[in-house]
Amino acid sequence: MRLLPWHKPHLLVRPNNLKLRKLNTMEYFIQQLINGLTLGGMYALIALGYTMVYGVIQLINFAHGEFFAAGGYVGAIALAYFAGIGYMDSHPVICLTASFMIAMAYCAYLAVGVEKIAYKPLRKNSRLAALLSALGMSIFLSNGMMLTQGVYDKVYPGELFQGRFDFGMVTISYLQIMIVSLTACLLVGLNLLVFKTKIGMAMRATAQDKTMSALVAIGSNKIISLTFAIGAGLAAAAGIMYGLYYGSVKYDMGFVPGIKAFAAAVLGGIGNITGAMIGGLIIGMVEIFGAGYISGEYKDVFAFIILIGVLYFKPNGIMGENIDDTRV
Amino acid sequence: MIQEFKKVWKQYTIGMVWLLGLLWPMLGIHADGTLTFQKTITIWSYILAGSFVCFMIYIMKSGSSFKFIADPVSRAANGVKSASAALPIWVWITVAVVLALIYPQLAGRYGTDVAITVLFYICLGLGLNVVVGLAGMLDLGYIAFYGVGAYTYAILNVTYGLAFWVCLPLSALSACIAGCIVGYPTLRMRGDYLAIVTLGFGEIIRIILNNWMTLTNGPNGILGIKPIGIFWPMFENGFTFEHIWVKKLQFFYYFALGLVILTIIGVHRLNLSRVGRAWESIREDETAAELMGVNTFIYKLLAYAMGAVFAGMAGAFFAARMKFVSPESFTFLESAMVLCMVVLGGMGSIPGIILGVVALIALPEIFRELESYRMLVFGATMIIMMLFRPAGLIPAKRMGTRSEEKEG
Amino acid sequence: MSLQPILELKNVHSGYGSIKALKGISLKVMPGEIVAIIGANGAGKSTTLMTICGIVPIEKGEIYYDGKLINKVSAEKLPTMGLCQVPEGRRIFPRLSVMENLRLGAFHRDDTDQIMKDIQHSYEMFPILGERKAQQGGTLSGGEQQMLAIARALMTKPKVLLLDEPSLGLAPIIIQQIFDIIAKINKEEDVTILLVEQNANLALQAASRGYVVETGEITLEDEAQSLLTNPKIREAYLGE
Repeated sequence: MRLLPWHKPHLLVRPNNLKLRKLNTMEYFIQQLINGLTLGGMYALIALGYTMVYGVIQLINFAHGEFFAAGGYVGAIALAYFAGIGYMDSHPVICLTASFMIAMAYCAYLAVGVEKIAYKPLRKNSRLAALLSALGMSIFLSNGMMLTQGVYDKVYPGELFQGRFDFGMVTISYLQIMIVSLTACLLVGLNLLVFKTKIGMAMRATAQDKTMSALVAIGSNKIISLTFAIGAGLAAAAGIMYGLYYGSVKYDMGFVPGIKAFAAAVLGGIGNITGAMIGGLIIGMVEIFGAGYISGEYKDVFAFIILIGVLYFKPNGIMGENIDDTRV
Repeated sequence: MIQEFKKVWKQYTIGMVWLLGLLWPMLGIHADGTLTFQKTITIWSYILAGSFVCFMIYIMKSGSSFKFIADPVSRAANGVKSASAALPIWVWITVAVVLALIYPQLAGRYGTDVAITVLFYICLGLGLNVVVGLAGMLDLGYIAFYGVGAYTYAILNVTYGLAFWVCLPLSALSACIAGCIVGYPTLRMRGDYLAIVTLGFGEIIRIILNNWMTLTNGPNGILGIKPIGIFWPMFENGFTFEHIWVKKLQFFYYFALGLVILTIIGVHRLNLSRVGRAWESIREDETAAELMGVNTFIYKLLAYAMGAVFAGMAGAFFAARMKFVSPESFTFLESAMVLCMVVLGGMGSIPGIILGVVALIALPEIFRELESYRMLVFGATMIIMMLFRPAGLIPAKRMGTRSEEKEG
Repeated sequence: MSLQPILELKNVHSGYGSIKALKGISLKVMPGEIVAIIGANGAGKSTTLMTICGIVPIEKGEIYYDGKLINKVSAEKLPTMGLCQVPEGRRIFPRLSVMENLRLGAFHRDDTDQIMKDIQHSYEMFPILGERKAQQGGTLSGGEQQMLAIARALMTKPKVLLLDEPSLGLAPIIIQQIFDIIAKINKEEDVTILLVEQNANLALQAASRGYVVETGEITLEDEAQSLLTNPKIREAYLGE
């Protein structure tokens, strides 16, 4: 895998023989801002799945990180296939869009099945049972991916997004622009769905009071399946973005981003969709800035510290929780 | 028979078709632009065959078609159960201990090696059981305490040359302190959050171990740890004590066995004590316990610290055995495995945990060829246990009787 | 008015796991009636309504709605058939606006124009809701929430409306308003009403017939006026 500038988001010096100087403070800051936005958008997409699922059934879906990884894999598979049949050169945009859609559909399909097998039967059981089942499902899925796709990194085609804008020493790659704009589209789309449509209203109602929803003819099973599907679809999109951005995907790639995305969901207020979006951006920014200004090796720790801090000082999160208050 | 189970049949077939749709994209789409179905169909057929067998057994069992086999078997089983219940428990324990003592003589090097691993995991399982099974808190970062204990011994031994028996209590102490540090902020949180936060702490500790080069040598680990040293009586020139290293595997086995026996006794006594009573009340209904005057926070912290202590001691033994430690041994996956063993065997039940550990460590050794499916089986086991038998294979016996049971 | 009951329970047993709440409830509601169920706390009144609606699983017995057996019908289908409940405690959706709460009442309906008209009609029936239509449901007062809950139930276009303790926690003036509205709905919109109330006096004043429930069983069934003058009932439930 060729090491291209945007593969190392906190690289200080550009390996470009034209101007070998360090970025000045302002340029460095702006670069980190751009990198943070990109990463934060990905975390926001994953966090939405956690928050929506917790909102309707009060379960931390440990397997959600695996939906993210599966999306990355299917995206790689689809892109490679299109390249194999020769469509990639002639219609790159169509192939990319198709890959996204295939991956999102696949993960939605996966998520609905997972819910019916491992979570639905345990709805009346204790919380611990459902959590343990989710944990088992997470291990099962990641190992399933390892067995079917191999233990080594699955490389993403690197020729897709070459080129970037240069503003002095600050680089914005085409890839970053694509990721940020696609994320923005998906987030806006979700907002419209949840706040402006009838089905979105039903989703919010189910999250607030499942029993009452049934009494107004809202089938909670269908809504829960829909929630899982949407959450997984968004995570899948994030998976492909991750693969494009970092160059490859691996079967265990869901673990660490999963925890960070959950931290983002909690930070924003669990169950709260706007909160998850904001939380994701914050966690992404903190990670990039922490890595850039404090320490690169400990960058994963920042998200964990935020998680612990939020849960200790303000467990309801920035924007407040949105869960079923009627269930104890 | 088929009519009664129409609904279950429908679910099963839908599930199998769903699985096919799930497998194919992963297996059948290739980078050279081809679409194959052969491999997918083959793998799916194996899964279909296996699950169909299990499914039919389940159906027949619930539909009581197995009566002609099942009845005599259950009569015999009941007979065995009542016969074994007639024997007092100490007979079983003595038998088990005797078997454990003579095991190394019978098993040979490889068997003893596996047995030592089993013993370590029993220790960990019992320690985790104190946190999960007795006090009811899901701890996903438990293995970090194991690592703290191991690294304490490693660092003290390699840097300062302290002997094992000096470091053992220090390992326990450092693990206890780590437990208190982790426990203090997390114990006030809701159950689900507790799980994720402990996972986060576990990861933090592992990252620190991995990156603090000056203290822990980072990913390279620490080499050259001395094994256990003891004074052994020698009868050559009169009665003297000689300092020897416990290097022989079989010799070490007895130390591990001793640790496990101490841990079992410790956990058992804790269970029966006032502390155990408090833990049970917290596990059953925390709010009610608080209202009854149980200081839930202190007891939860105690459970956490005690679990950490057991793990820390096991960690020191681990370091002495391997003579090398690295952060690789203390990942989240290890925590999940220990949890799986506890869940499989039965939370809160000591014989259950021993069974769970043996099942998940010893069995894979027998099925060596299927090594790569190990984690898959672990994950599936957790799901299946939660769906069908959440109390575990050998459920814990309740300490008192519930009022509903008394009234009958 | 036909002679077939629109809602009928025959020897219904139901419960929560090992706790048996209803031990053989049989009752009938004729179309156009207002029937009251009274009884002490914990007697099984709310459970009866929840069992009818399919929330509490039924163990034995049959429930007939509009002549059809509805034992196995899932809870979310019943409002589409015209059977709707206003549960105990109002249970309006706290973080949805008044307008959204009403809109959700019509979730299963397709006729958008009529839905808009019905929402306007709700604002006319309950002017306070019109004033607060953009406010979040959780910020309304108890009485306002009760009105919203009833208006929301009416949006489902029910034939039978089950009301669980509509007077709970409300001031007497508001209670009177609510019961006036209940009577109005029954007369003008031809909605049959099954009313569960701890306030036996109110319930029996409003209803034409009544059932008395004690520890999961019906102990008495009579015309509402007779129950009001029945000395045993007066002593037990009417505070005499």
